[in-house]
Amino acid sequence: MLANYGHKDASGDFFITIDTDKCDSCGDCVTACPADVFEVVDEDPNDPMRDEPVAMVAADKKKKLKYECGFCKPPSDMPPLPCVEACKAGAISHSW
Amino acid sequence: MAEEKKQEFWRWTESNWKNPDIDWKDARFITVGIDVGSVSSQSCIMADGNIFAYANMRTGSDSPNSARNALNYALEATDMPEDRMDYCIGTGYGRVNVPFADRSITEIACHARGANFIYGPEVRTVLDVGGQDIKAIQCDEKGKVTNFLMNDKCAAGTGRGMEVFSDLLGVPINDVGERSFQVKEEPNAVSSTCVVYAKSEATGLLRKGWTTEEVLAAYCRAMAERIFSLVGRVGVTPEFAVTGGMAKNRGVMDRLMPMIKLERMKTEWDTQIAGAAGATLFGYALCQKGKGRKR
Repeated sequence: MLANYGHKDASGDFFITIDTDKCDSCGDCVTACPADVFEVVDEDPNDPMRDEPVAMVAADKKKKLKYECGFCKPPSDMPPLPCVEACKAGAISHSW
Repeated sequence: MAEEKKQEFWRWTESNWKNPDIDWKDARFITVGIDVGSVSSQSCIMADGNIFAYANMRTGSDSPNSARNALNYALEATDMPEDRMDYCIGTGYGRVNVPFADRSITEIACHARGANFIYGPEVRTVLDVGGQDIKAIQCDEKGKVTNFLMNDKCAAGTGRGMEVFSDLLGVPINDVGERSFQVKEEPNAVSSTCVVYAKSEATGLLRKGWTTEEVLAAYCRAMAERIFSLVGRVGVTPEFAVTGGMAKNRGVMDRLMPMIKLERMKTEWDTQIAGAAGATLFGYALCQKGKGRKR
């Protein structure tokens, strides 16, 4: 499942997509993110019949990703994103 | 004292319904789903996976109360005692505030499952335009979510915005769709999708001499464009179905569908109960698997 967490308003689209089929719930993204955007939960709330842990964007972060992710996204010379780098399964992508 | 005169144009009709062909006494499992949304609350009672009764009400300021009222309203239509229910699932914005629920499931999963039930297994894309958020969901033939997006930060282009406009323009909410097409020429959309900005822009347009119908048309078009841009991120694959209260508004839907270039599916069911129906079906599935309530 492609889970798009984030928001869209007049200033743009700010979504982090987690491919839950690729995610192996290792938790590397949780430690890699300096803003504590990610968390690993025991059960995917959007897929209640699948009883496996999965990474997701924390509920209190998903409405302010534009700001939470701001430190990793300078206007020029953007380095590779820590979360995308850390995820060996390649499950994380950003829309902006 | 001057008499207060007030008409609530936004107020939509609350309803309850009971399936006359089902007798709850014959059912093995009675499951209940409660969808406490930001604007409306629904309860759905199923007997072995078929809808037995449902109710659709407005959410008050108190979520536990709204959940209780919605359930009572559905039970009112039947002669079933409440303790007959085997499992109850809460969903929606206020899902953690349903005191009598056995567990809660997110509205994303419930809407996909519910749309699969009320529209049929051909549904691949579900658009739910709720009171305060928009959900675009792709699902498989079993109603399992494969891709989803929910915009709950900004209420632009949602049901609440439409209520604000119906009140501003003095047009009963049920007439908005029809009235918005009574224009000589389709106006451009209002430039902002934000409810607050759009409202002040609309006030300006009225001063300029626009008719009520033209302003409604301009706002309905803005909402359709806003919804379209969100759906585009998830992608649209047929069949396409709309749930939630906005599915009843022709003004937005008939402007949205030409943009999507698809027909939307039709149903006899109330589109607002999709979330509650999905929750109920999850409860039924859990009961069948023996994961129901321990007695």
